[in-house]
Amino acid sequence: MELVKKVFWETKAAKIQALAILAAFVFMMFIPSFSGAYPPLFLAWVMTYCTLSISWTFFSGKTGYISLATAAFYGLGMYLQAVIGREFPLGVTILLAALLAFGVGFGIGLITLRLRGIYFTIFTFGLALFLNRFFHWYEGVFTRTKGRFVKTFDNDMVFYAVLIVFIVTLVAILLMNKSRFGLSLTCIGQNEDSAQHIGVNTTLTKVLAFAISAAPAGAVGAAMISTVGYVDPDLAFRMLASFFPVLMAIFGGMFSTYGPIVGAVIFYVLQDYLLRTTNLYMVIFGTVMVVVVLVLPKGIFGLIDSMIAKKQRGYSGEVIGDV
Amino acid sequence: MDTFLLILINGCAMGSVYALMAMGLSTQYGVARILNISHGEFIVLAAFITFVVHTRTGIHPLICLLIACPLVFAISFLLHITLFKRVKKISPNMGVFEGNAILVSFGIYFIVQNMIQSSMGSAPHSFPFMMYPYTVGGVNIAASSVFVMVIAAIICVAYSVFLSQTRLGKSIRAAAQDPQAASLLGVKINRIMAICFGIGGLLAACAGVLITMREPFSSVSGIGYTTIAIIIVVLGGLGSVKGAILGGFIMGIAGYAISTFVDSVFMISAFYMIIMVLLVVRPKGLMGR
Amino acid sequence: MSSFENILVGNGITKRFGGMTAVSNVSFDLRKGEILGLIGPNGAGKTTLFNCVSGFLKADEGTFTFEGKVINRFNPDKICHLGLGRTFQAAKNFPDMSMRENVRMGALFGQRDMTYAEAERLTDETIAFVGLEKYAGVAVPDMPLAMQKRIEVARALATKPKVIMLDEMMAGLNPAEVSEAMDLVRKVRDSGITVLMIEHVMKAIMSICDRIIVLHHGELIAEGPPQEIANNPHVIEVYLGGEV
Repeated sequence: MELVKKVFWETKAAKIQALAILAAFVFMMFIPSFSGAYPPLFLAWVMTYCTLSISWTFFSGKTGYISLATAAFYGLGMYLQAVIGREFPLGVTILLAALLAFGVGFGIGLITLRLRGIYFTIFTFGLALFLNRFFHWYEGVFTRTKGRFVKTFDNDMVFYAVLIVFIVTLVAILLMNKSRFGLSLTCIGQNEDSAQHIGVNTTLTKVLAFAISAAPAGAVGAAMISTVGYVDPDLAFRMLASFFPVLMAIFGGMFSTYGPIVGAVIFYVLQDYLLRTTNLYMVIFGTVMVVVVLVLPKGIFGLIDSMIAKKQRGYSGEVIGDV
Repeated sequence: MDTFLLILINGCAMGSVYALMAMGLSTQYGVARILNISHGEFIVLAAFITFVVHTRTGIHPLICLLIACPLVFAISFLLHITLFKRVKKISPNMGVFEGNAILVSFGIYFIVQNMIQSSMGSAPHSFPFMMYPYTVGGVNIAASSVFVMVIAAIICVAYSVFLSQTRLGKSIRAAAQDPQAASLLGVKINRIMAICFGIGGLLAACAGVLITMREPFSSVSGIGYTTIAIIIVVLGGLGSVKGAILGGFIMGIAGYAISTFVDSVFMISAFYMIIMVLLVVRPKGLMGR
Repeated sequence: MSSFENILVGNGITKRFGGMTAVSNVSFDLRKGEILGLIGPNGAGKTTLFNCVSGFLKADEGTFTFEGKVINRFNPDKICHLGLGRTFQAAKNFPDMSMRENVRMGALFGQRDMTYAEAERLTDETIAFVGLEKYAGVAVPDMPLAMQKRIEVARALATKPKVIMLDEMMAGLNPAEVSEAMDLVRKVRDSGITVLMIEHVMKAIMSICDRIIVLHHGELIAEGPPQEIANNPHVIEVYLGGEV
């Protein structure tokens, strides 16, 4: 409660922030009532990308551990919807998808977050591909299908669901940023050794934060796939989706919570446009990626100077702590 | 027993190609510090060069090494002196550089992969090559497998000799161990890094040419190759050439066994699980350089 | 020596890295309220010993007993919560945080059940204690080395330790800064905190330490009051002798 007051009440900026979020939320609530059928779907996608990018930034932006596992959590959400979506209301499935992503994130974190430096990135990178092949194999052997049909929901309903997921994620992250938990994450990103020696349980903090940042990806995955109506392993676990949040965060700058949102909006609009107008979308995407890194050197990694510290120990592959 | 021997020999044939892939990636990471996500695309590129040249002109696929290797070496070398050198300049330290380099190589992956896909489609390609059987210890092996294994072994040995005997090879090893000390001793570090990135590409090309002789490939195979190479390199220790060779053979045999007993689709998943288990059981041993 | 008097006891500590033994069968005790100096030539194993105490590394053999409790297997965060604070040889501050935030992190995480308000109060108190008030608004990487090291001390102090371990706090400082640092160490001790310090600056260590232990090639070769150490022929031979 103390925290809520601090983030949304105590200063003038905090009050403006609270009002802006509330106003945006209320305004969005009414969009489906006056717009046509298309805008809610478009906005749902935009908010999906925003959710992916702010939740990625919450963990990787703060700690400097670059996660490429977004596609895995996003895809798990989709598959959960495909498997149990018919039995439960949309809200319940979304909640369960978030829990599933949280659980898998927690497990993966426990295994990989004892490693520093590039190893974490490598293992998260492999996760989406692992799941892709695993589902290919499973579906091929046990269900003898290539993909699954997903129960579809009304676009407006999905829009409301994603809106709620997005707002909840945003508010939770704003609160966590100022909380003891968020601060300990920042300490880890700034200097992990020091953080440990002033009493931060770094392993637990990292694993928990990674799991928390996975949950919204699972949730939006479960929601959005029901507008597509079909899922297969290649659609669910695309490597591309793991790199989206990274790019969006560099686009917008990630040292405020709103930077990645701005990045996500620009990114999605651009992608939507390119997909409709050219078949060179992927080539352009790749080029943009290269150019963004080269032209925005102070982008994400530049500002994570804490990696200086990691450099010294990380590459010798030393392992921190005994878990 | 026969099954076992079959797995062993076919696994080694596959492993020898894996070793080349992993050696390439390992050279690129060990010296230039670039974990090259686009590695597999250059393997695929070389494979398509071989496919096109061989099927159109009938030239022996092995001769295609002479076309694919210099070409991919040149592309990789140029990529380094244009893109990665600049990435290095704008990154304040190596940790940041490594992160940025992954992103840039991922961008390259997209560009190359899509260029290949739009010109060649995504159907699997293959051509008949040395299809007759060859009998080893009572089991029949495709002659192509034996051929690939021998060629790959020759390349591995040649590369090791290059590293240990030539002046350039020694500079590369020095740069891998301690870039700063090496540059103090007169090694032109940026040039060495570019050359190493090029050599990584060259080894990828070798792997690509050899793959065409053994198995079908397509424009979307690249990311799988990259992942296998990454897994092997992690298994053998990032930057270690010996580790890459050993890891390549282990994964080749394990991979063939999995394909035989479970399903080839499951292979990468199984590799990933092997690494995960290793990581849990003995993280230090796995990472040991 | 009763255990009441000894706040920290190391018994038969050994730490190996591969084939090299960095610390070999070292036993020592730290008495409540004293300043204990840990000296030795470069590579003697001093920082390794520190790292083992603070849980950063795990000793291969031997036990550390802190206030009667064996702490070998604990991680650094738990050891910190028990009341053992430390600094690093190369200052490891949080570069993108202000000086005050740096100290506040120590206050916030150093003890369990710390409230935000209490942490704020403790932060101000600690900053005043070490005399860093005037640097409140300066970016940490821009501050002079002496002040950066002082932030480390302040952050460790903000965790409310019973024992503080200082790793070469005076290295690289000019004579005026060294004497300021010496005053700070005395002040810390006078506030009731036991001090264990690694130091190369002989003048400082001889004048402020109550006792000194000497490591050489990972082994403990001498222990005693400063004058005794200064006159110990073995110490002079391996350590001081090397410098003259």
